[in-house]
Amino acid sequence: MLYRETGQFKTTYLADMAIFPIRQDYFLMIGILLFAYVIAPLVMNDFWLNSIMIPTMIFALAAIGLNILTGYTGQLSLGHGGFMGVGAYACYKLTSYFPDVNIIIHIFLSGFFAAAVGFVFGLPSLRIKGFYLAVATLASQFFLEWAFGRIAWLYNYNDSGAIEVSSRTLFDIPIAGASAEPVTRYFVVLAIVTFLTWIALNLVRGRFGRCWMAVRDMDIAAELIGIKLLPTKLLAFSVSSYYAGVAGALMVFMWLGAAEVESFDINHSFLILFMVIIGGLGSILGSFLGAIFIWNLPVLLRAIPDMIGVNIGAATVEHMTFMVTGALIIFFLIVEPHGFARLWQITKEKLRLWPFPY
Amino acid sequence: MEILHGIFIDPFITMYELPDLLVQVLWEGFVAGTLYSLIALGFVLIFKASGVFNFAQGIIVVFGALSLVGLHSLGIPAFVALFLCIGIMFALAWLVEFTVLRRLVNQDPIILFMATIGLNYFLIGFGEGVFGGEPKTMITAELGLPTGAFDFDILGGLVSLQQIDITAAVTAGVMVGGLAVFFNKTRIGRGLRAVADDHQAAQSVGISLNHIWIVVWFAAGIVALATGVMWGARSDVSFALSIVALKALPVLILGGFTSISGAIVGGLIIGISEKMAEFYWGPLVGGSIESWFPYFLALLFLWFRPQGLFGEKIIERV
Amino acid sequence: MNDTVSNNDQMAAGAPAVDPTAGGRIGDVILRVNEISLSFGGVKAINDVSFDIKKGEVRSIIGPNGAGKSSMLNCINGFYQPQVGHIWYDGVDYTPMRPHLAAENGIARTFQNIALFKGMSTLDNIMTGRILKQKASLLEQALYIGRGKSEELEHRAFVEDIIDFLEIQAIRRTPVGRLPYGLQKRVELGRALAAEPTLLLLDEPMAGMNLEEKEDMSRYIIDVNEQYGTTIALIEHDMGVVMDLSDRVVVLDHGSKLADGTPDEVSANQNVIDAYLGVAHE
Repeated sequence: MLYRETGQFKTTYLADMAIFPIRQDYFLMIGILLFAYVIAPLVMNDFWLNSIMIPTMIFALAAIGLNILTGYTGQLSLGHGGFMGVGAYACYKLTSYFPDVNIIIHIFLSGFFAAAVGFVFGLPSLRIKGFYLAVATLASQFFLEWAFGRIAWLYNYNDSGAIEVSSRTLFDIPIAGASAEPVTRYFVVLAIVTFLTWIALNLVRGRFGRCWMAVRDMDIAAELIGIKLLPTKLLAFSVSSYYAGVAGALMVFMWLGAAEVESFDINHSFLILFMVIIGGLGSILGSFLGAIFIWNLPVLLRAIPDMIGVNIGAATVEHMTFMVTGALIIFFLIVEPHGFARLWQITKEKLRLWPFPY
Repeated sequence: MEILHGIFIDPFITMYELPDLLVQVLWEGFVAGTLYSLIALGFVLIFKASGVFNFAQGIIVVFGALSLVGLHSLGIPAFVALFLCIGIMFALAWLVEFTVLRRLVNQDPIILFMATIGLNYFLIGFGEGVFGGEPKTMITAELGLPTGAFDFDILGGLVSLQQIDITAAVTAGVMVGGLAVFFNKTRIGRGLRAVADDHQAAQSVGISLNHIWIVVWFAAGIVALATGVMWGARSDVSFALSIVALKALPVLILGGFTSISGAIVGGLIIGISEKMAEFYWGPLVGGSIESWFPYFLALLFLWFRPQGLFGEKIIERV
Repeated sequence: MNDTVSNNDQMAAGAPAVDPTAGGRIGDVILRVNEISLSFGGVKAINDVSFDIKKGEVRSIIGPNGAGKSSMLNCINGFYQPQVGHIWYDGVDYTPMRPHLAAENGIARTFQNIALFKGMSTLDNIMTGRILKQKASLLEQALYIGRGKSEELEHRAFVEDIIDFLEIQAIRRTPVGRLPYGLQKRVELGRALAAEPTLLLLDEPMAGMNLEEKEDMSRYIIDVNEQYGTTIALIEHDMGVVMDLSDRVVVLDHGSKLADGTPDEVSANQNVIDAYLGVAHE
């Protein structure tokens, strides 16, 4: 009763093809945006913003990137941690060469460097499919890790081998670096993530999205109806790593403030892959749900012992986190292999009939 | 010019002038290759029989080795501990089958693959929780494994072959032989090949998928245990191994995902070329190229033979 | 070569000349397959086969299982490259033919084992047939402006017409993986039609269907042929359907051509009867 499309007639294809064709979805979305833009910054303290909201947003962006490649185009990637690193290091180099250009522009530009690297490592997809392709992306992951550690030019020959963020401003308000307030950084991240999410939604519902999905579902048939496989896959690789690159730049400049090789290691690639799979392959909404779940699960697990008054060591919590994450991943795969996005869809279908299921 | 010289001429001059060094490097590569082969063997076993790409194989190696060391540190004699570990491997195989595989029959390969990553995480957490995260020393002597080295005065220098490495190579050979017999000559082996070919068809002639999977994961577990012991004897037993185990992937690409002999040959190729590259060409770019070289080699190889060394060319149909 | 127009009794009754400019339904040769041979390793799938297809006709390819019919379609639209022989399409020699060349030049097809995009809705599947006609740039698409928007609307309208034509309005939003077999076949036809093909290759469009579904499918094929003047190459095992629909039939057996001609001629051919009724080959 609450959720149904009955009675909402569309008189134009434009209205029917809107991102939220059903009124209830539209209101829900407004509610979420209202929460993210108004309520969250008002009620949340710095800890919440810094260790929950900002990283969740950033990882959601990276997950959207990976979802475009793996979920929509069907090309498995184990190298998105590395692509995030490319964005971060590119942004760092850009800021040191062009310190006067605004950081926001740098962040958007740094994505293109990641896209170029993604393009190159996507080339093997011409001949290689499936798990074999995963090896190509692993090659990129380990090569990039090696490059971040070994090529001193990338970190400006620092002794520490790490990249550090100096203060950056927008309209004289510090938005990056040590002096920036979490709430300002949160707004910058939120605005960029909202914008890029909208772009992603436009891409996947149009021609390019259909090409990607066609290649995913049956590449031979896609080829026979005239889709050129290589350009389609390479575009997916580029767009996908663009998102990862921007997420990486945001991660260093808007969240961590400094980073080194370990920030972009293979475990991060897996983390993003988990988000995509648990959230739902081929769903932008799923990328958000997955990021929220995977990022905040350890936070929650750390908080639980405190809440119930049991004092256990940090190491134990760490091990528990690993175990519970692993177990939950298996659990969710068994319960719903198509992730949270499918669960949400099923819920919506139930809601159409609720409270009279027959 | 100097760079070209460094790439194409200098290394070969070094090889020619210091043949003892070359032999030593080749041996190092051979040994590393043996261990990659063993890990890849575990992957192949499981992939053959269940189509599951078992990402957790690396961690099972660590887990097996850790259990052995852990049990021994409780005062259990080494050989009893070894048998207990075999029991643990069986329990693990049964648990994996019962809690994971059985519930994911007929899912996409990527879902099963993800499940094994989940398993990987679980075992890391569990292993560190029970045994602690710090590296441990393998109980080499207690198991009666040789620890000395054969030194040869040949080619104008000293070439040193660790006895444990020789043991590892022999173990690998024996294991491969045993598995080949098992696969080709026994009833379970035939069932296994049937399951590998087509789950549903195998079920329809009365082969129990569940049993086959337990058997196969158990076999892979024993291979993992052996790998863990050998690896642990060479270096420490630590969780870092699970990343190294990923090198089994390029090995599989060279050898093909379903070929046991491919896993062995691929492992040796990767091991030897990796050590050669690291030793002779690595210094040109700052070293440590071992971490990514095997993957690039595999990629290069795939470009020319997408089906792997021993795979058959697939004719696509519509 | 026989004069095809006069052989078209069963069609001509209900179908007046649709293409007024040509003065007849069937025009010149549009596709000519010349002495094609295709082998996989040592296995000869097609052995020195030649035939042609004329504009506007319904041309059937029949033959027992393994005769090389599907391989022939695969050669025509470039999925396989024959080792020997030429393919002439619309006056141009396409050797080798490539899948995207075929698609760009108006050859569309359906598949024996349905090759739909199972994760996408019916609507999206049929929309993929329009992909070659969409030219919007990445930027326009990303911002949903200009052609990124207008093209989507324009092609959506076209696709809705096809959906109406095939009477699949109710399953517009359903992922095709969940549809029953018969409907999937229909969606696949829709996807091929969306490309507005000049030459439509249908690989067993009625396999596994019951009588009613076959009648529906036959009706769609006739309608497509008559309304849009689309040339159709049809592989089908149901002889009743083949004899009723086709203008000309080519018979393959073991990769070689047995006979070529009107349905009546072919069904009277002794070689064909032998092949179908199983007289010993050797």
